Amino acid sequence: MKAFLDSILSGVLLGSLYGLFASGLSLVFGVMRLVNVAHGDFIVLAAFLALAFLHITGIASPFLMLVILIPLMFVLGYLLQRGVLNPALGPDILRPVLITFGLSVIVQNGLQQAFSADSQKLQGGRIETASIPLPDGLAIGTFPLLTLVVAVALIGLLQWILYRTKLGRALRATSDDLSTAGLMGVNTPHLFGIAAGLAMVTVAVAGVFTGIRASFDASAGPAWLIFAFEAVIIGGLGSLWGTLAGGIILGIAQAIGAYLSPAWQMLAGHVVFLIALMFFPRGLFPRRSE
Amino acid sequence: MEVLRIENLKKSFGAIKVADAVNLSIAKGEAVGIIGPNGAGKTSLFNLISGNLAPDAGKIYLLGKDVTAMGAEMRCRAGIGRTYQIPQPFSGMTVFENCLVAATSGAGKSERASYDNCAEVLREMHLLAKANVLAGSLTLLERKALEVARALCSEPRVLLLDEIAGGLTTAEASELVETLRGVHTRGVAIVWIEHIVHALVAVVNRLVVIDFGAKVMEGDPAEVMASAEVKRIYMGMEAHDAA
Repeated sequence: MKAFLDSILSGVLLGSLYGLFASGLSLVFGVMRLVNVAHGDFIVLAAFLALAFLHITGIASPFLMLVILIPLMFVLGYLLQRGVLNPALGPDILRPVLITFGLSVIVQNGLQQAFSADSQKLQGGRIETASIPLPDGLAIGTFPLLTLVVAVALIGLLQWILYRTKLGRALRATSDDLSTAGLMGVNTPHLFGIAAGLAMVTVAVAGVFTGIRASFDASAGPAWLIFAFEAVIIGGLGSLWGTLAGGIILGIAQAIGAYLSPAWQMLAGHVVFLIALMFFPRGLFPRRSE
Repeated sequence: MEVLRIENLKKSFGAIKVADAVNLSIAKGEAVGIIGPNGAGKTSLFNLISGNLAPDAGKIYLLGKDVTAMGAEMRCRAGIGRTYQIPQPFSGMTVFENCLVAATSGAGKSERASYDNCAEVLREMHLLAKANVLAGSLTLLERKALEVARALCSEPRVLLLDEIAGGLTTAEASELVETLRGVHTRGVAIVWIEHIVHALVAVVNRLVVIDFGAKVMEGDPAEVMASAEVKRIYMGMEAHDAA
């Protein structure tokens, strides 16, 4: 029983990492109806950039790298959106998808060229092995717990921006009806850039936390993208808290799978995703509207 | 003072002319009605003015400034507000938020500075009680009122109303007419497309008739409605028959 509870607990915490992966994907889809196939690769890019900055600056803590990474990734997201993706947006949803697919190939190959195909890992220091004891001999890892806290805080911040600020209302209006938002004076190309920039902020955070948790290589992106997609779809398209919940459900499913047999970890996650898709095609927590 | 001037505006889709050298001038505080049969090019004219459609030729001036090259969002910020024939609220947002978006993006104010004006506009449009309701749950009359409210919150100099009374009962339409009279007295110039002509005539002081994309006539509403040309367009009578 203890081992089972332990699995559930670690599933929840792993799931929060998936939620972190997926929040940017969810935001971009919610605002622009844009499916970013390169999302996983950008997370890997962020992890590699953190690694490079650690070498350059000589600072030991990858968390501190977020100070550089967050603004950098925001600007990258804004420029990519305005320069590359905005011109492709339109009634044909295939064009932007193909472009992000191309970006995915470029990022993967670029990373391989720059950092080789070797596996890398960010060293988080003592926090990686630290844990907080719980009753009944259970323990909770400090770093996974921090991941959960950061995921909740980040999604809470995005939610606050979306529902409580001028920028957020304009983003939601654009998501609701693009052309009417334009007629109300909303500068949609700029706004899309901001949304992509915010998504890249989540990517920066996800990159650092994933890089500390597990090893990564230049071609790890697509596998991470699958988890992000599954979290978004289980949770409900365009709903950020739903996305976090979706990530946690996925994490729990994988943990239970792994508890039953190590070979079932991934399979259990995918099966739960398929079940969710069959019975709740709009996700478990679809965004309220109409 | 002239608020809106349209000069020689042209737009065609293949062989179909939706705007055929249209000239129009709207003065400050004026209310102008536009009538014409279905497919005459009325809504297309609005799309050209609001920036949803780019003209093939011609110029649009707002307060003397050429806005022809501006996109829709820039024109809104410059002072052109519009409503749609089929209301298009941001259905996942509350009524008040719908207005806030228009006030902050269209009129360029901060949210805090827009609260009072948004509430005042909603009160005027009889929507204040529904301020915190999701716009998607409103009735048709309320949605139409929200269209006007949202456009007003962007603080337009000229307001384009596209068949705002269509689909409403007579009582609802006259309620809307009363409200629009109030809007008009605020000094906002109104250009109003409407098939329900009696609602239109109750507010406007000039009537413009459009057919096949071209301006056929304009003038005093009563005179225009009585003219042989309008009867010919609407009822297919030849001018000399009507005369």
